[in-house]
Amino acid sequence: MTFEVGSGLSIGVILATVIVVAAMLIWVERRLLSFWQERLGPNRVGPFGLLQVVADMIKIFTKEDWVPPFADKFSFVLAPAIIMTVILLSFSVIPFAPGVGVVDSNIGVLFVLAMASLGAYSVMLAGLSSDNKYALLGSLRAAAQMISYEVFMGISILGVVALSGTFNLREIVLAQEENGWYIIPQFIGFVIFLIAGVAESHRLPFDIPEAEQEICAGYHTEYSGMKFGMFFVGEYLGLVLISSLITVLFFGGWLGPSFLPGIFWFSLKSFAFIAFFILLRAAIPRPRYDQLMTYGWLFLLPVSLLNLLITGVIILSTF
Amino acid sequence: MLTLIKDTLTSQVVTLWRVFSHLWVKADTVEYPDEMPYMFPRWRGRIILSRDPDGEERCVACNLCAVACPVDCIALQKTEDEEGRWYPEFFRINFSRCIMCGFCEEACPTNAIQLTPDFEMAEYERQDMVWEKEDLLIDGTGKYHDYNFYRVAGKKIGGKDKGEARNEAVPVNVRSLMP
Amino acid sequence: MILLFYIAGAVAVIATVAVILQTNIVHALIYLILSLLAVAVCFYVLGAPFAAVLEAIVYAGAIMVLFLFVIMMLNMGQQSLDQERSWMGPKVWVVPSLLASVLLAQLLTVLSQYDQELALTTVDVMQVSALLFGPYVLAVELASILLLAGLVSAYHLAKK
Ligand code: SF4
Ligand code: SF4
Repeated sequence: MTFEVGSGLSIGVILATVIVVAAMLIWVERRLLSFWQERLGPNRVGPFGLLQVVADMIKIFTKEDWVPPFADKFSFVLAPAIIMTVILLSFSVIPFAPGVGVVDSNIGVLFVLAMASLGAYSVMLAGLSSDNKYALLGSLRAAAQMISYEVFMGISILGVVALSGTFNLREIVLAQEENGWYIIPQFIGFVIFLIAGVAESHRLPFDIPEAEQEICAGYHTEYSGMKFGMFFVGEYLGLVLISSLITVLFFGGWLGPSFLPGIFWFSLKSFAFIAFFILLRAAIPRPRYDQLMTYGWLFLLPVSLLNLLITGVIILSTF
Repeated sequence: MLTLIKDTLTSQVVTLWRVFSHLWVKADTVEYPDEMPYMFPRWRGRIILSRDPDGEERCVACNLCAVACPVDCIALQKTEDEEGRWYPEFFRINFSRCIMCGFCEEACPTNAIQLTPDFEMAEYERQDMVWEKEDLLIDGTGKYHDYNFYRVAGKKIGGKDKGEARNEAVPVNVRSLMP
Repeated sequence: MILLFYIAGAVAVIATVAVILQTNIVHALIYLILSLLAVAVCFYVLGAPFAAVLEAIVYAGAIMVLFLFVIMMLNMGQQSLDQERSWMGPKVWVVPSLLASVLLAQLLTVLSQYDQELALTTVDVMQVSALLFGPYVLAVELASILLLAGLVSAYHLAKK
């Protein structure tokens, strides 16, 4: 078996790497947060606390996995499976490096958007099937937030798509080799994508669907054991996905000085964004739900449309 | 819209930078089991029963501490010696209920019961958290070295009532209003 | 590839039947989403990736989310379940089955006269857009005006 795009070996390696990285983020996030808050964080289990992840996993696997008797069992079990499946499927179109990837789809960008919109079901079904007030409130918020921010996310990518003339993520990276990274012409698109990405993966500061100070844990209030673990790891998978998408769309993917392999540059850039998201969590307080919505529809939507319009004008005038 | 952008730059970005710059600040954490934190002498931790400077038990089994305790975790029973001096027959503190509030120390007229800076009291068995008089009683005076209740209050012994000895003041009449 | 098409088609048909037979409305919606996704796979196999992804984004991803959103607001309990079950009586089935069989007969006759091979040419995004903004530009503009009107009126209603 060879290691090329779409071979069984590369699919397996990518799947395993992505899941392991997402699980390690549990430790990375707690460590980084603690440095920014002048603490030490988990440093007891193994060197630097690295084995904390293993300990957490043992705990999650051996905890009682309880389905409340009043819950709708079918949807309750389905919900955490959806989020994992959908996010892992999204990784299939990401070009990690030359020759590393699962598929080179002609509709890569759209595929990611489609999977992101399907991800909303996970949250909604979880809240609806739990038959719990807090869960229902959480999933109501999640539904509105995810549908709205999907729109801005889609529009903000369109500038990049228009510049490169393709929906294929690998070709977008190759186009950046010639034209320079798209962060420069598409800075506004980048900022909007960043904000929408945070909202889409409901990370702090936009973790309104699971704001524990207001609504317990939101949509996963009733979840425990492995099912909760899937939501938990799913959130980190989403973080990795958004970071790698930003890297691919705006920061030239694997491009970089050639003394190191492409996969190194890709990982470095993605990790920088993961760290940035964790910094956001450490620094910015959570807005109110209506503030988030107003900000989205009255600020992000016009700005992203303007960005698209101006990009179109520039492309057409330089033809 | 322009003000929104300006606010974002001046507030959110500055916040991000301020928080990020904490990366170079040394952590405040004390790594406890490896490094013992400094415990203040008046920290309210494990409770002891002390002795007076003459080596006698201070506790007079007055039950004031048991009454003061908000969680009712002190149990004791009075007994007397042949001179009629009270002392506890048993004295039991259930540390799994004690909230280390220090009310018992406040209530004690003889400074017998005292809280100490020791807080490492975890046990595997719940029953091991119940401490008897043998476990509580120490051989020293605790925090108050010179205090001896009977030197202040006087003491009735065979053939002598309170205030009748040489160099001894008559007891204050607590029911009189005179100074 | 064509086997994939038939599998996806079968999934779509079974899921749609399940939508009708389900009494629990949330389960019915999940089956409907499954059916839409299966149709998207059909589109993809037939060489229309753009239509496939739009089916997933717009129908499965946005419209069905709104359906679910509305269901969350209505308090569907045991009562509605019983109501649904009572509506499932045999008498209700007569007329819809008759109409459906007429449609099926029509479909079968049309299909029996159609003996061309399935032409599996991929139509990519560029071609679709060229068509949309070429011959069909009027329809696109009309649709966008309609949507704009909807947006403006929604904004107006929300303002009140
Ligand atoms: S410290 Fe408070 S709770 Fe503990 S024994 Fe004394 S009075 Fe009771
Ligand atoms: S410890 Fe103090 S308050 Fe408690 S019974 Fe003894 S003398 Fe009284």
